[in-house]
Amino acid sequence: MSSNDEASDMMNESTDAPVEVTTDAIDREHEPSVVAPPEAAEPEAAAPCATEPPVVSENRIDRVFAGLRAEGKRALMPFVCADHPSPASTVSVIEAVDAAGASVIEIGIPFSDPIADGPVIAAAMHEALVAGSTPESVFESVRSVRDRVQAGLVAMVSVSIVQRIGEETFIRRAASAGFDGFIFPDCPLDEASDLSRRAADAGLTSTLLISTTTSAERAERIAKACTGFVYLVTRAGITGEQADAPDIGARVTKLREWTDLPIACGFGISTADHVRAVVEYADAAIVGSALVRRVNEAAASGRDASAAAGAFVRELAGGLE
Amino acid sequence: MTETTQNAGEAPGEQAVEERRISDYPTREGRFGVYGGAYVPETLVFALEELIETYRSIRENEQFWAELRELLRTWVGRPTPLYGANGLTRHIRSRSGKDKGAKIWLKREDLAHTGAHKINNALGQAMLAVKMGKTRIIAETGAGQHGVATATACAHLGLACDIYMGSEDARRQKLNVVRMQMLGARVIEVDSGSRTLKDATNEAMRDWMGSVETTHYIIGSVVGPHPFPAIVREFQSVIGREAMAQSLRAMGQMPDVIVACVGGGSNAAGIFYPMIEEEIRMIGVEAGGESSDAGRHAAPLSLGSPGILHGSMSYVLQDESGQTSEAHSCSAGLDYPGVGPEHSFWKDQGRVEYCAVTDQQALDAFLLLSRTEGIVPALETSHAIAKAVELAGEESKDANILVNLSGRGDKDVEEALRLMGGEVKPSEMRRVQRNRRKDKKRDGDRNAGKSQPDGKES
Ligand SMILES: Cc1ncc(COP(=O)(O)O)c(C=O)c1O
Repeated sequence: MSSNDEASDMMNESTDAPVEVTTDAIDREHEPSVVAPPEAAEPEAAAPCATEPPVVSENRIDRVFAGLRAEGKRALMPFVCADHPSPASTVSVIEAVDAAGASVIEIGIPFSDPIADGPVIAAAMHEALVAGSTPESVFESVRSVRDRVQAGLVAMVSVSIVQRIGEETFIRRAASAGFDGFIFPDCPLDEASDLSRRAADAGLTSTLLISTTTSAERAERIAKACTGFVYLVTRAGITGEQADAPDIGARVTKLREWTDLPIACGFGISTADHVRAVVEYADAAIVGSALVRRVNEAAASGRDASAAAGAFVRELAGGLE
Repeated sequence: MTETTQNAGEAPGEQAVEERRISDYPTREGRFGVYGGAYVPETLVFALEELIETYRSIRENEQFWAELRELLRTWVGRPTPLYGANGLTRHIRSRSGKDKGAKIWLKREDLAHTGAHKINNALGQAMLAVKMGKTRIIAETGAGQHGVATATACAHLGLACDIYMGSEDARRQKLNVVRMQMLGARVIEVDSGSRTLKDATNEAMRDWMGSVETTHYIIGSVVGPHPFPAIVREFQSVIGREAMAQSLRAMGQMPDVIVACVGGGSNAAGIFYPMIEEEIRMIGVEAGGESSDAGRHAAPLSLGSPGILHGSMSYVLQDESGQTSEAHSCSAGLDYPGVGPEHSFWKDQGRVEYCAVTDQQALDAFLLLSRTEGIVPALETSHAIAKAVELAGEESKDANILVNLSGRGDKDVEEALRLMGGEVKPSEMRRVQRNRRKDKKRDGDRNAGKSQPDGKES
């Protein structure tokens, strides 16, 4: 393990972080076409993560975090709005974000009434819906991109959608498309364990949010209802870019008393400096609106949205070093 | 157990299922059967729990209710009258078969301050906000009636007030925008989504996510996450309590049928709930819009299916993948793709019948009531009138139909004119008056010596 750490660190220092190489997805060995030189040189160093005894989950998100932890590393978890800026762009944006250093990619399934989202993401979802986005179209994109990317893919989805399609059906379709987990931003805690169990049965993780206004007692219960990772909301309010890095140290420390799961922080994280401040405590930094805005701007000015997404995520990944 | 029920207006846990009556909902978890609940982002859970706590504590606070009653009396103008609509009844009888033509009674919420039932809830919740130590109020509004009522209550209580309104609605209801501003409120136009009530509600919830510590959200109907449906029902139940006592006095009995229009369902819940355990036929009237095609109506109970919108499970207009559909109604107050969870429960229980009335039928009823009674009803209310008129023609003369006249129609005059194609047709009115003179003569001959059906009673 330590030799692997060294290898990765050396790699990060010695190069200007070429994209493919900084993606520390641990099952890279299964993907010969993108095997990066340092790991290829030390196959036995990567192997233990993937072949660790029964404790290790088959789930990609669990494996990604286990691998990062073993290396003492943190994760970048960009949020992309599916089918935005156009239905055709989903695949290329996911690929670009993956190649640029994302460990897990949150894929927002567009919803007509996203009340936790600020103007940037809400507008992106609205545009995607107008362009014909459906959960099925998102599943199609994920299915076609799944084998080409390393990152864990998590569906951020409103329970309104899950309930309408049917929990069982929705989870089955998401699983068969290649999703590795879910974030349910508006699922009541008393219904979460049921959803979580069904997701687990299909081999997927299930994450709920803990807010700044959540009581300690409730935070503990929420953490226990999660699998894969816990999502800690950095501030009261909706998604959207912020000028200052959130102050989350105490809350993350407290949360660690109740859960061994990785803790991902999101809402308002907008720059590489913010990422750096967040991962000082948390296992992962989630960046949404800031990325969606770049995609928007690129699309509006006729530039390649996926290239813009990749460039920005690469910049954010600087905060992990 | 009775204690729990009294404490929180909620039934105890599942173990009491067999003893629970239809009036004993919601459960402690905010469920009306499978409907209701609280499907909200975690940030709002804190605010909802605080609201549940405050609501529980004020339920036992006699002083709170005494203060509210006094304001309802002196400032809102309650009790609103129960009015025997003889002109309308005569009109119906003149066109229906022998011994048909039930008598129509109107619960005059149009005479409440600001012209609709909305003030009952706005005032009650604003007082609740003061009790919680909140200094700022936010609300959503469609037609502007709930916005005006909220702005009015805030002016009275000295609370800062921001009203979210879809930019499309703000354009259609310019007068109410100005009214709210004159009352000191800030009107925030919403440009997202379809720019109507649904999107204004989203925006108000987004505001609340970031302002829960200082701000209370006064939702405008029996919708949204628990405990809103229960709280709004409580504040609107004054309508039904008054109407029950007034009916006993004026009719000597309970009404046979109660009819109310249903947007979110607050005026209907307000008049139904206090009498829900009685043997009274109840009918909720939704907006049938232009047709039953998707997007052309606002009738989730009649044409929708269960789903989650704005934090609760209820009948909703949604596509097959859970996206909220567009709604349409000529009346902005009914132009909403969702409905309160308790109505979904009452529907499934078979306790209340729900039906839909089209824009055109509502418009006809709007004119009919104006001309037979000298009461211009809101377009929302006109839906209930249309159904009541149809029903009265089929029911026997002895029957009493109570209609919740939820609001007055001054706000709708322009829209009604537009829907009539820019011209108000005069002929109908003349015929109604001729009939009335004939009826009067006939009634007079037959009932010589007997007193006429009464006018205003309360
Ligand atoms: C006069 C009137 N009636 C009815 C409604 C519909 O609301 P609800 O169904 O909550 O009573 C409105 C809403 O604006 C209204 O203004």
